[in-house]
Amino acid sequence: MTSASRPNKPVLSLHVPEPPRRPGEAPDFSGLILAEAGAVARPPVHAPAETLRDLPWTLIRVLDGQGRAVGPWNPGLDPETLTAGLKAMILTRTFDERMYRAQRQGKTSFYMKCTGEEAIACAQAGVLRREDMGFPTYRQQGLLIARGYPLVDMMHQIYSNAADPIKGRQLPIMYSSRAYGFFTISGNLGTQLPQAVGWAMASAYSGDDKIASAWIGDGATAEGDFHQALTFASVYRAPVLLNIVNNQWAISSFAGIAGAENTTFAAKGLAYGLPSLRVDGNDFLAVHAATAWAAERARSNLGATLIEFFTYRAAQHSTSDDPARYRPGDEAALWPLGDPIQRLKAHMIHEGIWSDGDHQSAEHEAQEAVRAAAREAEAVGTLGQSKVSSRTLFEDVFAQPDWRLRRQRQQLGV
Amino acid sequence: MNMIQALNSALDVMLERDPKVLIFGQDVGYFGGVFRVTDGLQARHGLTRCFDAPITEGGIVGAAIGMGAYGLRPVVEIQFADYIYPAYDQIVSEAAKLRYRSAGQFTAPLTVRSPYGGGIFGGQTHSQSPESLFTHIAGLKVVIPSNPHDAKGLLIAAIEDDDPVIFLEPKRIYNGPFEGWRDRPVSSWAGHPQAEVPEGYYAIPLGQAAIARGGEAVTVLAYGTMVHVALAAAAHCGIDAEVIDLRTLVPLDIETITESVRKTGRCVIVHEAPLTSGFGAELSALVQERCFYHLEAPIVRVTGWDTPYPHALEWDYFPGPERVAEALRHALSGEAV
Ligand SMILES: Cc1ncc(C[n+]2csc(CCOP(=O)(O)OP(=O)(O)O)c2C)c(N)n1
Ligand SMILES: [Mg+2]
Repeated sequence: MTSASRPNKPVLSLHVPEPPRRPGEAPDFSGLILAEAGAVARPPVHAPAETLRDLPWTLIRVLDGQGRAVGPWNPGLDPETLTAGLKAMILTRTFDERMYRAQRQGKTSFYMKCTGEEAIACAQAGVLRREDMGFPTYRQQGLLIARGYPLVDMMHQIYSNAADPIKGRQLPIMYSSRAYGFFTISGNLGTQLPQAVGWAMASAYSGDDKIASAWIGDGATAEGDFHQALTFASVYRAPVLLNIVNNQWAISSFAGIAGAENTTFAAKGLAYGLPSLRVDGNDFLAVHAATAWAAERARSNLGATLIEFFTYRAAQHSTSDDPARYRPGDEAALWPLGDPIQRLKAHMIHEGIWSDGDHQSAEHEAQEAVRAAAREAEAVGTLGQSKVSSRTLFEDVFAQPDWRLRRQRQQLGV
Repeated sequence: MNMIQALNSALDVMLERDPKVLIFGQDVGYFGGVFRVTDGLQARHGLTRCFDAPITEGGIVGAAIGMGAYGLRPVVEIQFADYIYPAYDQIVSEAAKLRYRSAGQFTAPLTVRSPYGGGIFGGQTHSQSPESLFTHIAGLKVVIPSNPHDAKGLLIAAIEDDDPVIFLEPKRIYNGPFEGWRDRPVSSWAGHPQAEVPEGYYAIPLGQAAIARGGEAVTVLAYGTMVHVALAAAAHCGIDAEVIDLRTLVPLDIETITESVRKTGRCVIVHEAPLTSGFGAELSALVQERCFYHLEAPIVRVTGWDTPYPHALEWDYFPGPERVAEALRHALSGEAV
């Protein structure tokens, strides 16, 4: 086209976001929106949403670089709660490492770790009640672990063996436990969010006192389900927490592919009129405080809160992934918000309620617990060595099987 | 070439030949796709020719429709066919019907590539075979290759086609022709005649089946991974089966099917998808309509069960060579199932 036919504008060009650094380059965190610990005011729980519009553009933090808990969001937790939280994070990491190795040894087909993100599930497990329903993604194993769900049952599921509570139906780590407030995980991203809103609406409809909490990754916020959930949550003022775990990556895609070049994930709640917090996800105390604030709002019939937890996926996406192919190798180590376990440990040592020796014993204890559970689970069998009866293949398709399923079961000869 | 390399070569050739071709989907850009099908394409052809998309399958297909209507030839990847459902509305209500409802003013010449099928311990969300959800829709073409050579030629034809094509890639045979024996070593494509893939451009027209094995005793209709399972089953039970690799489900090569069944008088249909309303039901009806007086035995279907795809019990679900061999014997006996 000649320039004369163009109405006085430069030629259009297509923008495709690219991360600041790739493998072999030094990480660059200069674009991150951060804030000093203690810098963000804590509005009253009853504050109207329209007075909270600055919160998505900053970062709620409590732990500073010296291990001190500072500012209005400090939840002032007692030593027992802190110790339990730290131990849950250590146990989660130890469990992850062991099961990752188990997959490498061919004991199962697949595994996903939550390394670097442990504070989110482990702190939230303590704020939510067990009667509340959690609608997790595959990276919230810390919820189960922090609540004392038997490690051996998690392993039975991972090994898809005869003792698997969900009968070998799902991919490893797609746990389900109604009794522990843990909704059955779907492999399809995002679907759990509108369901959590519906569960919360049911609680409100029933005049109950339960709330719901759902988690979604930064990448999956692009799904329509995310926006459907925010619409319902806002319209019906559902008592639900909608948590975005922004770990900067969605497999090989950086958060810019999910829109993070132009806004924050928390800010997506603004257009829906939802109070929206942006929180340091590697800060156990900040996670705890923000969750408690949002849960209190929900329990007071004030509706939903969107929370973006800002963190970093230190591990590979899954056992099928190799991040060295798409991001600088030392990004996790240099992540400006540090490691959640190290940060809580430093705080507890600063408070004089923890020591290096205590930490070592806690790690040792976690190793022992995981080892004992693995011994027990492997005695039942790993993937392929042990499995539920073939008859169960045809169960639970419907409450009552129809003639086709009965016939197909006969054809299989079981 | 293995099937991944053959598909990569098809995309490479088309990016080179036609500036209107562009590729996007989750993780397909810098990284090259979780199955490596787009490996190296961004580096070779540029950022805007092959790039990452947000995790919204509806958005991916919707955007591709807009681009196609503009005049481009987008090729999008849905990372697993199990994740195509958020795009179903865009595919069914929009891509399939654009031409018809605008009387040809707008068209959607896009290709939707997606790995499908099981046998990889992927559980219910990495194993499904949703082909009949698309063959049922007027306005969609559905292609399923069974080997590297066909994969490249068919993908090129799909990209050049002026209508929307759902291109399903049997991921179990990306790296080798899986015969369905769960406990035998699997072979790679190396040395396989259909792994001889020319470097440059060639197209295999949509709508032409291939005879994977000539035979006289019974016709087997299969596609994707099941072609190899059917061949293994025939070898296993020593029955002189004619195995037809459909290659495209829509448009369907009805002549090749009809000719074969009229010759053999018997027909076994194999697919991994569940039985009820599967593509086998359509094939069975067509064969019955066209070959009724030639049939010497009831048509037999071997399929996945009418259950979700299990994880631990994958090999109870997968219709392997023993079940297919049983069906072949059955078709020869002439008894009803
Ligand atoms: C609907 C759907 N599309 C695609 C996928 C494949 N997939 C699995 S995990 C993943 C990335 C998710 O990233 P994010 O939401 O940021 O969560 P994270 O893995 O970082 O915790 C993708 C694309 C899927 N599981 N479901
Ligand atoms: Mg992520």
